[in-house]
Amino acid sequence: MSAHELISATASVLADRLARGEVSSVEVTQAHLDRIAAVDGELHAFLHVSAEALEAAAAVDRDRAGGAAMSPLAGVPVAIKDILCTYDMPSTAGSRILEGWVPPYDATVVKRLREARLVPLGKTNLDEFAMGSSTEFSAYGPTLNPWDLERIPGGSGGGSAAAVSAFEAPLALGSDTGGSIRQPAAVTGSVGMKPTYGGVSRYGAIALASSLDQVGPVTRSVLDAALLHDVIGGHDPHDSTSLTDAWPSFADAARAGAREGALKGVKVGVIKQLSGEGFQAGVRGRFAEALALMEAAGAELVEVSAPHFEYAIDAYYLILPAEASSNLAKFDSVRFGLRVNPPGGGTVEDVMAATRGAGLGPEVKRRIILGTYALSAGYYDAYYGSAQKVRTLIQRDFADAFAEVDVLVSPAAPTTAFKFGEKIDDPLAMYLNDVATIPANLAGVPGIGLPMGLAPEDGLPTGIQFMAPVREDARLYRVGAALEALLESSWGGPILRQSPMHPEAESNAISTKKGGD
Amino acid sequence: MAKADLMDFDKALELFEPVLGFEVHVELNTRTKMFSSAPNPANNEFHDAEPNTLLTPVCLGLPGSLPVVNEQAVRYSISFGLALGCQIASSSRFARKNYFYPDLSKNYQISQYDEPIAFDGSVEVELASGRTVTVGIERAHMEEDAGKLTHVGGATGRIQGAEYSLVDYNRAGVPLVEVVTKMITGAEHDAPELAKAYVAAIRDIVLALGISEARMERGNLRCDANVSLSPRGSGKLGTRTETKNVNSLRSVERAVRYEIQRQAAILHRGGTITQETRHWHEDTGTTSPGRPKSDSDDYRYFPEPDLLPVEPSAELIEQLRAALPEAPAVHRRRLKEAWGFTDLEFQDVANAGLLVELEETVAAGAAPAQARKWWTGEISRLANASSVDPASLVSPANVAALVALIEAGEITDRIAREVLEGVIAGEGTPAEVVEKRGLKVVSDDTLLIAAIDEALAAQPDVLEKIRDGKVQAAGAVIGAVMKAMKGQADAARVRELVLERANA
Repeated sequence: MSAHELISATASVLADRLARGEVSSVEVTQAHLDRIAAVDGELHAFLHVSAEALEAAAAVDRDRAGGAAMSPLAGVPVAIKDILCTYDMPSTAGSRILEGWVPPYDATVVKRLREARLVPLGKTNLDEFAMGSSTEFSAYGPTLNPWDLERIPGGSGGGSAAAVSAFEAPLALGSDTGGSIRQPAAVTGSVGMKPTYGGVSRYGAIALASSLDQVGPVTRSVLDAALLHDVIGGHDPHDSTSLTDAWPSFADAARAGAREGALKGVKVGVIKQLSGEGFQAGVRGRFAEALALMEAAGAELVEVSAPHFEYAIDAYYLILPAEASSNLAKFDSVRFGLRVNPPGGGTVEDVMAATRGAGLGPEVKRRIILGTYALSAGYYDAYYGSAQKVRTLIQRDFADAFAEVDVLVSPAAPTTAFKFGEKIDDPLAMYLNDVATIPANLAGVPGIGLPMGLAPEDGLPTGIQFMAPVREDARLYRVGAALEALLESSWGGPILRQSPMHPEAESNAISTKKGGD
Repeated sequence: MAKADLMDFDKALELFEPVLGFEVHVELNTRTKMFSSAPNPANNEFHDAEPNTLLTPVCLGLPGSLPVVNEQAVRYSISFGLALGCQIASSSRFARKNYFYPDLSKNYQISQYDEPIAFDGSVEVELASGRTVTVGIERAHMEEDAGKLTHVGGATGRIQGAEYSLVDYNRAGVPLVEVVTKMITGAEHDAPELAKAYVAAIRDIVLALGISEARMERGNLRCDANVSLSPRGSGKLGTRTETKNVNSLRSVERAVRYEIQRQAAILHRGGTITQETRHWHEDTGTTSPGRPKSDSDDYRYFPEPDLLPVEPSAELIEQLRAALPEAPAVHRRRLKEAWGFTDLEFQDVANAGLLVELEETVAAGAAPAQARKWWTGEISRLANASSVDPASLVSPANVAALVALIEAGEITDRIAREVLEGVIAGEGTPAEVVEKRGLKVVSDDTLLIAAIDEALAAQPDVLEKIRDGKVQAAGAVIGAVMKAMKGQADAARVRELVLERANA
């Protein structure tokens, strides 16, 4: 395989070639490191590139040659969102306050990656502590959207989405608190899955909002997401909210979905509240086309109403800041991370205040203040208490809908990627980006986002989202893979083949720009 | 407040009715901590660990770490709740209590707030007079302990004036059960004694359950005492103070007495009581202001999202109920009978808070009367002299060993006192102290006879007097022999030998 082929192949293709000995993990890893070296100076998807990737790849090759049993993705490189703890790489959460901090342990999901012999390539950029929808709030500068370098790659997991869609990594891990996996996937033309709450361990994922956070895969195909989910999912005794369920093979579900006829008789609920107003015309158009394709393939479309979804953002922006204000209290300079001594010294309280003042960014401070207020005596019932009630109502909306349909569907994001700076001074406009993704987090249900074509008006990717009842993640891989197959056959290949940054593209966005210097 | 400014206790009681409330924190002795697999320093095996060696990422609150509830701690808490006569919640929940303090690694404490595991119970507390007071239990809830700060560079060891502070996170995450009483009225003159007896009752319960080492000097059991005074006949509650971390039974009693006298003095001269926490000073026997405390302290409690509710099955609760040991009050009645003590003798031991010690001493082989004699006698005297609890001086096993040495005739009662001092000084077991200090009784008759002969030579008329029936004359010889033997002889045996010689 040529270097172009190695970096444009999906993880499942790479896995097959590796298993057959047609290519080595060192070759695959080297090709991706070369790609990162070539494009990431501009793109800035990575905050840290592993110095040990080739060594890990060589060990996989050695063991494979020695006849050791290998898991399906052994030897395939993977990028890791920098909200996940890695014992051999800094874990900053995109914040100045954790600059250079190397945890003494791996997040459970990272541990499982290593046990399955995937090759960590490095850590990807994000909005500070995963608070944001654009990576503009990363303390280390934004990541650019590979489709248009003037635009945001989504957030918070813009780094993982950009890395995957710019062919710097075939696989990446993300975390999704209100859409941080699915919204970046939508605006970069990649696939992102937020598993059922409790389906994937949160141990070692630096907490934003504990009751909403969920780690999941970011990839270029539904099958790849399923393969990665199979590696990271399952019960973890270190996370009390982790489910003890025995999960089916998600890869099998994705393969079954890709076969003809998989959508026959599937009841697909179109959420009335998430398909019209506030959604860009091109998003609405592609969404209608996707629905038509599914209907033609035998799916039954049903319009369902989720009357409380309109309160989801309001509830979310009380629950998230409340939990975050408490989760982020530990960043006080006493045990780890940045320490800022105020001029002339001071008490430990002064040092804590100076450190947090200097080490935390504006969006983080905004949400800590919001959350502290929402939890304060006298306001708790009106804010946090009411938000929890809304959450219950939204869970009921889902329960009512799933009594009628197998999956729910909506666009994954209301617009295509917006330009840098466009919403940075308008938090409310920024928050609206997650209107379609937040309900799944509030209810704990799984949601998958995949490309649904380019918006005609700007030529940028749009994304579609499916949601299923709690524990029915496999259903999403089946339905997702089915629609993916239909769409790709209508496009004549994956959407990313049309990206200006596709290795085979005639005009590579970055090399063109460089050529013009 | 200077002692002279306090109001006389009896006068204070004439004018005011004391109202009490207690919060007792009990550190559970599980092998691991409340929310992590780190060894628990409140377990005997780990209590003397070096600072910051009993840690996991959870104890340090490292980013990404998550708590997991210790199942054994939950079982212990349920048993404790049952022993306090409480109802056990079929579902209880942890919450976060948010405040910044460097000994609190996450800057929030995981504690139960509005849904405690146990609630609505009572404890029977017996006083020296034989009066029994029923103390209502509001709730018992689970939580984690904080780390420990050591303030360095100041004169007092307190934070004021210190140059810097060291943090030891070993204690961070130690499982705690906090037992909160309902308001206690009607204690009257017995208030200070009741305070002490209540804490002793809690101690007896957790020891009987085996769920805590309950060593107050180690902080396994800590008492916060709330005291307020209600002017007689007013029907109005006064402002309360909360004296924190009073760490011996004796101090609990003294602290409550002090607060009653202090508050009475202030109220009597028209002053007001500030609602605040107060520190107890063992050395001066006084309290001093801590931080102001108001009911509106805002800890921004909210349900801990990292943990599921604790939902013990009814079977588990019943199983733990069935396994409860005898209630201490019932147990006491049985002990009194088994030991053959009079009411007075038994009350003596109970009032001194020494039942457990006595029981363990008897279990280790000592005769009950002997065990009582040593614990309520010499050991209590030494403890009083240095203002500590008798139990902190010497272990029951060592007291039993001491009694055994006496019974075996290896040491005399008088020597035993010296041996006890050696044991308290840390010189080893009684046998080791006897060995090291060379205190063994001279039981070799030849040595004794030689000494008797020597004494008789100096007092030749003694034998004559004895033969004339003046047996008490032997005393002079016995005294001389004991002196020559440096006390390490059995006086009774010496007497026997002297009489034998006279009658030979």
